Amino acid sequence: MIIKDVLCPFCGCLCDDLAVEVVDNKVVDVKHACKIGASKIRGHDRIKAPMMRDDKKGEFREVSYDEAINESAKILANSKRPLLYGWASGVCEMMKKGVLLTEEVGGIIDNTASVCHGPSALGVHEKGLPTGTLGQFANRADVVVFWGCNPVQAHPRHMGRYSVFTKGFFANKGRRSRKVVVFDVRKTDTANLADEYVQVNPGEDYMVLSALRAIVAEKGDVVPETVGGVPKEKLVEVAETMKGAQFGIVYFGMGLTQSRGKYKNIDNAVSLVTELNAHGKHSIIPMRGHYNVTGFGQVCAWETGFVNAVDMSRGYPYYNPGETCSNDLLMREEIDAAFIIAGDAGAHFPAQSIARMGKVPVINIDPFHSASTEMANIVIPTKVSGVELEGTAYRMDGVSLRMRKLVDVDFPSDEEVLDKIIAKVQEIKGASS
Amino acid sequence: MSEMLIKNATVYDPINGVNGDLMDIAVKDGKIVDSASGSAQVIDAGGRLVYPGGVDAHSHIAGSKVNIGRIMRPEDSRLGLKARTKLTRAYTGYTVPNVYAMGYRYAEMGYTTAFEAAIPILKARHTHEELEEIPIIDKGGLTLFGSNWMVMDAIRENDQDRLAAYVAWGLLASRGWGVKIVNPGGGEAWGFGKNVSGLDDPVPNFEVTPRQIIRNLAEVNEKMNLPHSIHLHCNNLGKPGNYETTLASFDICKDIKASRDRQSLHVTHVQFNSWGGNHWGDMESKSDAIADYLNKNDFLTIDMGQLVFGSATTMTADGPVQYANARLLKARWSNGDVELEDTSGVTPLEYHPQSYIHGIMWAIGLELALLTKDPWQVLMTTDHPNGGPYVNYPMVMTMLMSKKRREKEMAKIAEKTFERTSIAGIDRELDWYDIAIKTRAAHAKVLGIIEQGKGHLGVGADADIAIYDIKPDETDATVEFDKVEAAFRRSAYTIKGGEVVARDGEITATPMGRTFWVRTKVDNDGYGRMMDDLKLKFKNYYSVNMANYMVQDEYVERPVVVDTEYK
Repeated sequence: MIIKDVLCPFCGCLCDDLAVEVVDNKVVDVKHACKIGASKIRGHDRIKAPMMRDDKKGEFREVSYDEAINESAKILANSKRPLLYGWASGVCEMMKKGVLLTEEVGGIIDNTASVCHGPSALGVHEKGLPTGTLGQFANRADVVVFWGCNPVQAHPRHMGRYSVFTKGFFANKGRRSRKVVVFDVRKTDTANLADEYVQVNPGEDYMVLSALRAIVAEKGDVVPETVGGVPKEKLVEVAETMKGAQFGIVYFGMGLTQSRGKYKNIDNAVSLVTELNAHGKHSIIPMRGHYNVTGFGQVCAWETGFVNAVDMSRGYPYYNPGETCSNDLLMREEIDAAFIIAGDAGAHFPAQSIARMGKVPVINIDPFHSASTEMANIVIPTKVSGVELEGTAYRMDGVSLRMRKLVDVDFPSDEEVLDKIIAKVQEIKGASS
Repeated sequence: MSEMLIKNATVYDPINGVNGDLMDIAVKDGKIVDSASGSAQVIDAGGRLVYPGGVDAHSHIAGSKVNIGRIMRPEDSRLGLKARTKLTRAYTGYTVPNVYAMGYRYAEMGYTTAFEAAIPILKARHTHEELEEIPIIDKGGLTLFGSNWMVMDAIRENDQDRLAAYVAWGLLASRGWGVKIVNPGGGEAWGFGKNVSGLDDPVPNFEVTPRQIIRNLAEVNEKMNLPHSIHLHCNNLGKPGNYETTLASFDICKDIKASRDRQSLHVTHVQFNSWGGNHWGDMESKSDAIADYLNKNDFLTIDMGQLVFGSATTMTADGPVQYANARLLKARWSNGDVELEDTSGVTPLEYHPQSYIHGIMWAIGLELALLTKDPWQVLMTTDHPNGGPYVNYPMVMTMLMSKKRREKEMAKIAEKTFERTSIAGIDRELDWYDIAIKTRAAHAKVLGIIEQGKGHLGVGADADIAIYDIKPDETDATVEFDKVEAAFRRSAYTIKGGEVVARDGEITATPMGRTFWVRTKVDNDGYGRMMDDLKLKFKNYYSVNMANYMVQDEYVERPVVVDTEYK
């Protein structure tokens, strides 16, 4: 059987045109997907059963789901400052349950954006976000800027489907309709495909953005001969290209959000794009990583009013990045239990945070073995959303789509595990109050 | 089954012509019935004011615009905080509340139904995800068609059957209730940073005019026999001198016969479109001209879009106006273009009484309501949260009821306002019956949901009832406005579907409401032509596949589907 119009549960492109062949309830072929997406859909390294261990250096022993769930609930219910982290490679339905569980245990919920596009959210707090859907950019954009991102490697079908090579209604010659500019500290594979590559000194993006703003505002005389390693001549040329666009789009990645300046870079980039709108039409959009990391921001915002890093210990949401993000809390050694789901803290957090996680009970909910599994005391395998489970995901541009189920498995879904943990936590808390 | 008897109620039920009668109301299984048995739960209203549950026909309560408002405004989410209880989730926000506060606060004021004012079809799934989490109230939403390529292509090619087929398909795809048109054609022009300047300015690349878009959608709307009329946000919103465009927009629909007992045109938040003058310096109120038109024509209705001083988060599918606002005010700006369909913008701002521009806007909203003779023609709204958040409705109600209350507000407002407006000279004070019309009955009539049991207390209606702690015959609303406002802010009882959901302004139960949407059968060859065109657009221009586009049943768990047929 070939299932068409399948959504890909890998990156923020959320491609929805895959064709997957299923024989005897097994995926045998994945068409149209990139290699990473196809690999995820085909599956690998599944954790076969729930496991527990008291000593993190010891061996896991297989346990029943009930035992693992009850023990997890006990840890969370008895914890004073639990961190519930991850919430990216899963569907919105489970994220809603995650917010509820966080409320029940008075914990902190934080998403992988914390170490990724979190600074983008802070930039949006400062300046807003003039953006649009990917099809708008595909149909119209004649100037395409990639800043601190490398879609050839990280979002393999992005340039083909949405941004560069695709033909649009107005941009009807595809690649030939568009001028492509790449700002990056190194000449990436994406830069190799660009019309203009602008090499920026590491950590000096903010200055380059400021220089471009000055030139766009016709105050180029204040710009020195070289900014951030870029000759003024080149900056003027690129600024004129952007200013001359009928429709310009800036795609930005972690080269901008996680380098020096962080959210100030985003603030500056959004300001540049806003100012460019006095000339043509211009938009800007973050290149989100996990296929539904955007969905968590949406769910968390409509449920708690805040996009991420929400502390529920007061009974109402409290948000203060710098204080309530995972790494703030771990480094201050406040966290006394960690619940890691649909994201991998073990692989992406700094050593100091990992050290703290080594000292507290860690629960890891994931279909796959990861670095977080290595730090866990309890491991609960679940279904792979978008392969074994239907549900909602938000593409990087905020378009939500429904993931399809391709095969049936006996694993429970994240949502089912969360429901049981919530019920058990309520039981424990009810008994003690 | 569950029964309830509300005794000694002073009832205002304008749809049934009940004007302050002292009577009992019986409820059984969530509906109003003739009488209750001895086992019914009895609530003694003690002569207090009883209205049908409030209905809000135009409010931005869910979807991507609302959520970008939350995301860009953490300072707003830090307002109005209330910790979770065993019954309720945590409340956050003032202008952009979280989904829980959104439902709870309506219910606390005696409101039981609200309609989201703008659903982009491509993002409708998001809208419904939020609607599904808003507790208590019943909901619906209006779908955006005014800058849609499918719509403009069909109109340009004079193919109304194809247009109808697309409108029907779009309503199905978005699970929408009605046809919303925002700055017709302007959303497409904004795709390249432009706008349309008036009703006869062709949309770039599409060669249709805003006038044609309005006219064709209005005609098709009536041929489809939709419960609601077209719902129009006029061109040139937010620009001095725009009242002329507004009047000309009214005229487009003057000879269109409504297919149902309702208006054939609803024009929304007209406060923002009743401006005279040529620039900010000589801006003035033209509410008199608008009200004069309404007084001479009964084919149309409007809503106020009343301004409330303080914080607002403006959000609209009118993208260009938001960019202009943001540049003018040096405010944060979010934009949200939706491929092939529309656009949107979100900008936070603060309305200051000492700004005469804001003063004039404040005056215009009230003038529209007070100068228009027929209370059924002007709904009370704040275009939440554009003019200000809906939690201020009780204050607006008292301003309509009391000249003294208006004078109290006027004392804070820049004097120049009163050279450009007529509010100071208006003596009219609305009564309890008028307010019942403007906050529930007329909303239900305009939306076409009377048949769904909304906006009234006749036998068979939904048992959505608000009891307010006020005795109309002992209360002079023209003087005791503070008392009246307090009563409207916190209902004594809000009953939703026969269940007490709020008591003295505190939530007591959190049932989930239903969602209304319309399914229209278009049974002619226009449907085939539409499908050919649609498939082509998905193949070439949409960034999602057609098979993944339409909102699935999973996103509307408690639907109320109304079927109609295109003729």
